[in-house]
Amino acid sequence: MLAFIIQRIAQSALVLLVVGLVAFSMFSFVGDPIDNMLGQERTQADIDRLRGQLGLDQPFPVQYVKFLGNAVQGNFGISYRQGRPVADILLERAPATLELAAVSGFLAIFMGIGLGVFTAIRREGFAANAIMSLSLIGVSLPTFLIGILLIYLFSVELGWLPSFGRGETVRVGGWTTGFLTESGLKALILPSITLGLYQMTLIMRLVRSEMLEVLRQDYIRFARARGLRERAVNFRHALKNTLVPVITVTGLQLGSIIAFAIITETVFQWPGVGLLFINAIQFVDIPVMAAYLMLISVMFVGINLIVDLLYFSIDPRLRADRTKAH
Amino acid sequence: MSEAILSIRDLTVEIPTRHGILRPVDGISYDIGRGEVLGIVGESGAGKSMAGNAVIGLLSPPARIAKGEIHVGGTRIDHLKGDAMRRLRGKEIGMVFQDPLTSLNPLLRIGDQLTETILAHLDVSRSEAEKRAVAALDEVGIPGARERINSYPHEFSGGMRQRVVIALALCAEPSLIIADEPTTALDVSVQAQIIALLKSLCRNRGTAVMLITHDMGVIAEAADRVAVMYAGKLAELGPVRDVLTTPRHPYTDGLMGSTPLASRGKARLHQIPGAMPRLDALPSGCAFHPRCPYAQDKCSADPGPDLADGNGAACWFPLPHDAKVA
Amino acid sequence: MTDRQLPPDMPIAVKDPSRLSIALQSDFFYTFKRSPVAIISFAVVVIMVLAAIFAPLVAPYNPFDPASLNLMNGFSRPMTPNAFTGDTFWLGTDDQGRDVFSTILYGMRISLFVGAAAVLFAMILGITLGLLAGYVGGWTETIIMRIADVQLTFPAILVAMLIFGIAKGVTPVEHRDQMAIWVLIIAIGLSDWVQFARVVRGATLVEKNKEYVQAARLIGRRSPAIMVRHILPNVLSPVLVIATISLALAIIAEATLSFLGVGAPPTQPSLGTLIRIGQGFLFSGEWWILLFPAATLLALALSVNLLGDWLRDALNPRLR
Repeated sequence: MLAFIIQRIAQSALVLLVVGLVAFSMFSFVGDPIDNMLGQERTQADIDRLRGQLGLDQPFPVQYVKFLGNAVQGNFGISYRQGRPVADILLERAPATLELAAVSGFLAIFMGIGLGVFTAIRREGFAANAIMSLSLIGVSLPTFLIGILLIYLFSVELGWLPSFGRGETVRVGGWTTGFLTESGLKALILPSITLGLYQMTLIMRLVRSEMLEVLRQDYIRFARARGLRERAVNFRHALKNTLVPVITVTGLQLGSIIAFAIITETVFQWPGVGLLFINAIQFVDIPVMAAYLMLISVMFVGINLIVDLLYFSIDPRLRADRTKAH
Repeated sequence: MSEAILSIRDLTVEIPTRHGILRPVDGISYDIGRGEVLGIVGESGAGKSMAGNAVIGLLSPPARIAKGEIHVGGTRIDHLKGDAMRRLRGKEIGMVFQDPLTSLNPLLRIGDQLTETILAHLDVSRSEAEKRAVAALDEVGIPGARERINSYPHEFSGGMRQRVVIALALCAEPSLIIADEPTTALDVSVQAQIIALLKSLCRNRGTAVMLITHDMGVIAEAADRVAVMYAGKLAELGPVRDVLTTPRHPYTDGLMGSTPLASRGKARLHQIPGAMPRLDALPSGCAFHPRCPYAQDKCSADPGPDLADGNGAACWFPLPHDAKVA
Repeated sequence: MTDRQLPPDMPIAVKDPSRLSIALQSDFFYTFKRSPVAIISFAVVVIMVLAAIFAPLVAPYNPFDPASLNLMNGFSRPMTPNAFTGDTFWLGTDDQGRDVFSTILYGMRISLFVGAAAVLFAMILGITLGLLAGYVGGWTETIIMRIADVQLTFPAILVAMLIFGIAKGVTPVEHRDQMAIWVLIIAIGLSDWVQFARVVRGATLVEKNKEYVQAARLIGRRSPAIMVRHILPNVLSPVLVIATISLALAIIAEATLSFLGVGAPPTQPSLGTLIRIGQGFLFSGEWWILLFPAATLLALALSVNLLGDWLRDALNPRLR
């Protein structure tokens, strides 16, 4: 098992190195940082001095290692557009995105698994069929349209919920949270539904098809033949086996939530890192783009790693197979 | 047979399809007494397993019991539904499936699977249930039961797993066991052990056994009486010695001829010409007549006669014939 | 990460050689005729594609011809004569008096063009790399499939955004709007090649060791020729299924990018751009500027999606 974990960590590190290379290449080849940092009145001496300061006169691999070293220390350079350290901007914006993603992820996982199990158990029922048909539309509906639709319904027509922003936030240490105020919570509702809905649909459909597969297995028939209660058969026996394959996909979906937050944040003008990234693309703010890329990669790779470990704790066969190295 | 544990009368299972109603089990009747092993033999598709599933109430829809009665321990059970039937499963009727590799939930320790079954049926404390689980494992001959109770299914060999399955089927002390091809998936070397185990356990407890198999060797070894099924009907029923040595139904005779059975001392194996008809294309009269070497006109017109008081052969011209038809 | 599989909702397996041709001859059209969903979605897609291709002929106005615009016509309600000019527009007009119906037709043209071109690009790229990886093996394969793995770790839309951002940075400012459509095609295409490559590589690995390929090698046929002549026809049906589903995804991806303002520019608005513009009028009550492009996008994406679903089932007898 240890060997497996080490192997996975090594793989993750490789992915991060590649992403780092992409990010660094963006710096080096897209636009000239000197152009971006110095104004119109520059002398060749200025350029050379800055070039030396930034280490741009050194060979590519050396620069790359330096870049990585800086990135690990949280130093992503200065935003071209805002003229402030990228790390500061990201830190400022991160709580908004993380809170939104957490609520959406929670929603997607619990609703997705719940509805998936429901539609699998009540396969023939009217409600289950209605949910399945709706989910097909849900998969085809682009996230931003869901957001607009919700805004139209609940903000424009009904006027119940705010259509943009985070509402009032409270500062707790270095973290700004919207969880503690009424307006903050209200502001969270529509964006988190928008962001979570698509993932929820995917998880639901996956759980349903896996569960139907599991319910056909012999050990489920045997569990029934042993006279276990229907609830025990469905949840203790079937659901647990369903979750093994579901965890992988769900884990990746959670990663996607952070990425898809870009769309939701744009629709709702939610002041998170996603909106920051979109603005960075529009204004070709390379340092912000690169930093976002690195940040989100770390998250993705981290989630992947956690998913792999979760796998182990659920499936005893894996544990045995890996340790015995069959 | 002093008292019948299982009593089946005119049991008919139907599957409605677009092309009409199929009858995989068509009006069979038999009893199994306390401590008795009744072997059910026949080719695949003869309705052996379907009859077993009907008894334990696990027919998968749209298959359903259309006619007939099933009594277990004197109580009629064929009309029971939902929770009432569930209480009987495991408690009154135990079941052993064919493949021990797939009948155990891979994610649960076998101890947990045992205790959950015991707790579902017996009014005992958890610690008492755990004690009984160890005893049950011990009884089926698993060495080191106290430690093995915490193992997962994959940590056992095939034969050991089938022992676990038998322990699971017996742990709530049912009065009837349905064993559906309990040895088919096992190594030949293990088959005899499992059969001997099943037989001795049931004899000691007075458990009635419905032993479904296509293996005449298993029947010869374990069964007290044997019922031969063909195309959903009983072809022959009688004490195992009589049926094996002097079969009266031509189908049984053919079945014997095609089985390598040392005691019969035949030099060559015979083969019954043709194949069992599909359920949606049953021939008129006796379903076996197209393949029967002794068939006469009557056979294609009238279905075979009823078994006289639950014994004998459902054949108009039972063997042995004084003069063999050419 | 290599052992990850597609969610079971999308089982796209390598099928035996002549599946497509057999299906086309018999079952395929039979199941098509019996599936109302397939017929309706096919009809919707065909009508939309035709309307998009012939937009200049079908559209009552040319929304990009300044001469035909009349600002007085701005914000006309659908089916209602304009208060100033008395002109009536089916689906109303936007703030600049552009006929919404016409802008939708032209927008659809761009959406479909970008979607189709992106899928075509992804398909060519994916098939080429998949064939290469499967047939050549060794380092080539390792590198290609590693890149695919890393890319699969990230959602396609994020990859597309990034590529768009980088390309935008590389393009000189004065060409950015002109290049946007092409950049969009490349960005979406590059984000979507992995699926194709995986299927084609899998099929190639299977076919490579079959006797007929070995035989073709023995009689001296050159490798590229073998690959194209023998292996390609075998992967046609899974590739077709992936292409259809990818088209729906590409159309949605394009709309999303354009909606976010990192796609088709306002001078060449796609459906996504139109929705972006329309969203601004949601609060002031001009709902039609948003609603009609949104409904069109939804109908288009849903139809292509349903068609892809049906195609997958029809070409995959295992699920029937």
